[in-house]
Amino acid sequence: MAQILDMPQLSDTVKIGVLQKWRKNEGDTVAPGEILAEVETDKAVMDFEAFDQGVLLKRLIGDGTSVPVGTPIAIIGKAGDDIRELVEEARARAAGGAAKPAAAAPAPAAKPEAQKPAPLPAAKPVPTAPVNGQPVRPTAPPPPRAAAAPSAPTAATAGKVLASPLARRLATDLGVDLRTVQGSGPGGRIVERDVKAAAEGGAQAAPQPDSVDWRAAEEAPGTMPATATAPRASAAAPLPAHLVPERRTEARPAPTLPSGDVIKPLSMMRRTIAARLLEAKTTVPHFYLTADVDMDAAMEFREQVAQVHGARLSVNDLVLKACALAMRRIPEANASFSEEAIIQHARVDIGMAVAIEDGLITPVIRDADKKTIGQIAGEAHEMAGRARDRKLRPEEYTGATFSVSNLGMMGIRDFAAIINPPEGAILAVGSVRKEPVVKDNKIGIGHRMSITLSCDHRVIDGALGAKVLQAIVGILEKPISLAF
Amino acid sequence: MRTVAFREALNEAMAEEMEKDDRIFLMGEEVGHYDGAYKVSKGLLKRFGERRVIDTPIAEGGFVGVGIGAAMVGLRPIIELMTWNFSFVAADQLINNAAKIRQMSGGQFTLPVVFRGPGGSAHMLAAQHSQSTEALWAHIPGLKVVMPANPKDAKGLLKSAIRDDNPIIFIEGEVLYADQGEIPDGEYTIPLGVAEVKRPGKDLTIIGWSKMVKIALATADALAADGIEAEVVDPRTIRPLDEELLVESVKKTGRCLILEEGWPFNGVGAEIAYRIGRRCFDDLDAPVERITGADMPMPYNHHLEQQCIPDVPRAVAAAKKLLYLE
Repeated sequence: MAQILDMPQLSDTVKIGVLQKWRKNEGDTVAPGEILAEVETDKAVMDFEAFDQGVLLKRLIGDGTSVPVGTPIAIIGKAGDDIRELVEEARARAAGGAAKPAAAAPAPAAKPEAQKPAPLPAAKPVPTAPVNGQPVRPTAPPPPRAAAAPSAPTAATAGKVLASPLARRLATDLGVDLRTVQGSGPGGRIVERDVKAAAEGGAQAAPQPDSVDWRAAEEAPGTMPATATAPRASAAAPLPAHLVPERRTEARPAPTLPSGDVIKPLSMMRRTIAARLLEAKTTVPHFYLTADVDMDAAMEFREQVAQVHGARLSVNDLVLKACALAMRRIPEANASFSEEAIIQHARVDIGMAVAIEDGLITPVIRDADKKTIGQIAGEAHEMAGRARDRKLRPEEYTGATFSVSNLGMMGIRDFAAIINPPEGAILAVGSVRKEPVVKDNKIGIGHRMSITLSCDHRVIDGALGAKVLQAIVGILEKPISLAF
Repeated sequence: MRTVAFREALNEAMAEEMEKDDRIFLMGEEVGHYDGAYKVSKGLLKRFGERRVIDTPIAEGGFVGVGIGAAMVGLRPIIELMTWNFSFVAADQLINNAAKIRQMSGGQFTLPVVFRGPGGSAHMLAAQHSQSTEALWAHIPGLKVVMPANPKDAKGLLKSAIRDDNPIIFIEGEVLYADQGEIPDGEYTIPLGVAEVKRPGKDLTIIGWSKMVKIALATADALAADGIEAEVVDPRTIRPLDEELLVESVKKTGRCLILEEGWPFNGVGAEIAYRIGRRCFDDLDAPVERITGADMPMPYNHHLEQQCIPDVPRAVAAAKKLLYLE
């Protein structure tokens, strides 16, 4: 199995190694003891010998390059090994300033989309039911997706996930992605209960030390003091949820105070929502642009599609495609801010906020600009269903480049959504209203829908944002554009 | 079943075996006319006479050596040490002779000898009389080390030890002698090298032996009040260790706490922790924890002494830490 070789520590005092000269070429066989390269340390030029038998599959740096000890410099393995992931990983480590030796392999190198920190979903939830008043799930206040990795998780920094061995094994068995789990152990270690909670989609909370009193109300003096802020609901001390062997389908009962207030321990999802939203609101400079869309043509278009194709398109389906096309036309807006650069994404992946019990999740429609409106509608419907059943895989709700949140079917006229970092913008969609409008200088009746684009001002300035909104409005008002 | 005291269970074991096999004799300080420093050998002199129950001077090096020699020529001695603190006086005999003669003689001599006596702390016996020596004896290949926690185990294990053809270090918890417990009627033995689950559970494994078994069980009761079900496992024989049962338990619970009265560095708990860590690596939700006696000579002062011995509150706190519940 191929592995990365790092710049070795060839002497006690060396911190930087200069790879003076490769002695083996890519494709050469290497036997233990053979010299791979000559490395200059602070004292002398020394031979870097191979330990293992193999083929030098890739040289990651060239002759004369100096790198810190522990930086990846080569990949060695068997001829024909697929090393793309290792190359990604090596580059990521090198970019991250890998000063530590490649001892334990970090989380396996992921495709670029999965490497982005999980984006934050819209401020308000969006069902995918059509606008015409179909019953819609009750919304939960703030957004994000269940168990998305917070942007600065202690358990998953620089690609290394801290998890107990048992938690790792369970994660594999239960199909949980450790990168999306928040650890409640020391140093953010992911432990068994965190994985179990994540597997259940956050229905059971990891117990918070301060939120529940482990002791019964009466205690013998001299024993450990009661620390809690909330007494147990019953003196019979119900089993902590994470210790129940059979899977519980209902959340454990929240304790009720004498005042009647109910203390609901935070689920994984709620905690993630809280962290992500706080981060978005405090670090992203938002500004908001609102436009009213004349939806007459769009509503007509939906009718025609229903008659001719028998397919139901929701207003949201039209919006998703319109946004995708706008992103394709204005790639500067399909972007993310990072410390040194604005990253313009090659793909247009549109996140669609879906309300689920106790929270919100944003499944992503990949390459939405390349899909037909029919495909988008189908995917949106299917993923919304699975979202509500908590059956989305992590790669299905991470990595969007732009998001849409729709509260139209809840009777909301307009609203401003919170951006999911690191996306550059999010579109909030209100209801389609039949109201008096001016047509040809006369009062008539028309359909109007308010849409608000929240923009990250570091990536998208006012004019660019306006251009994006104009594009979306233009596409929706001339729905023939949706055919492309 | 009938209820007897721990010391009585040991007495019965010796008496029954001595009755059956007249090669077995008991030798040590005060074992005869005084009926035993702790009354473990009460009545044996009267029953078996001076050839079979022999009082010695205060000379551990001497009478331990005599026991080894007697075993070499075909007798089956039980050598009582007044406490295991005094075994150090006989260290050379135990380490260089008892443990090695069989191997060094190419098997020409077997040493079916049991060295038994009380060990561990009692009350305010201070530094030289409160030691748990099992870690030292278990370190030496060639010796078996056995430590019963209750009357039933005491009788069954001592009978097995007497019948075993190897030199055996048999350490009885000094403060356990008066403990009452149920033992089966009639003949029974408990095999050496076999651990026992003293209390089944599923949330964590607490491993303890001798005096620590009671602490472990009390800890489990305290945890049960919080809905935590601890499994208590008693190795019973320290060497050879029943690793399989310990591993099986930790694989089931995912967490392990070791309670040990002895000192931490190179303690028996360190060996157990290594084996658990190695065999249960992928099953552990937390690193193995241990609570040991304080790493210092035992103080004379009563309150300080209490602080130096693992107790239930500390064990409960450690258990909760394993469960990330602090």
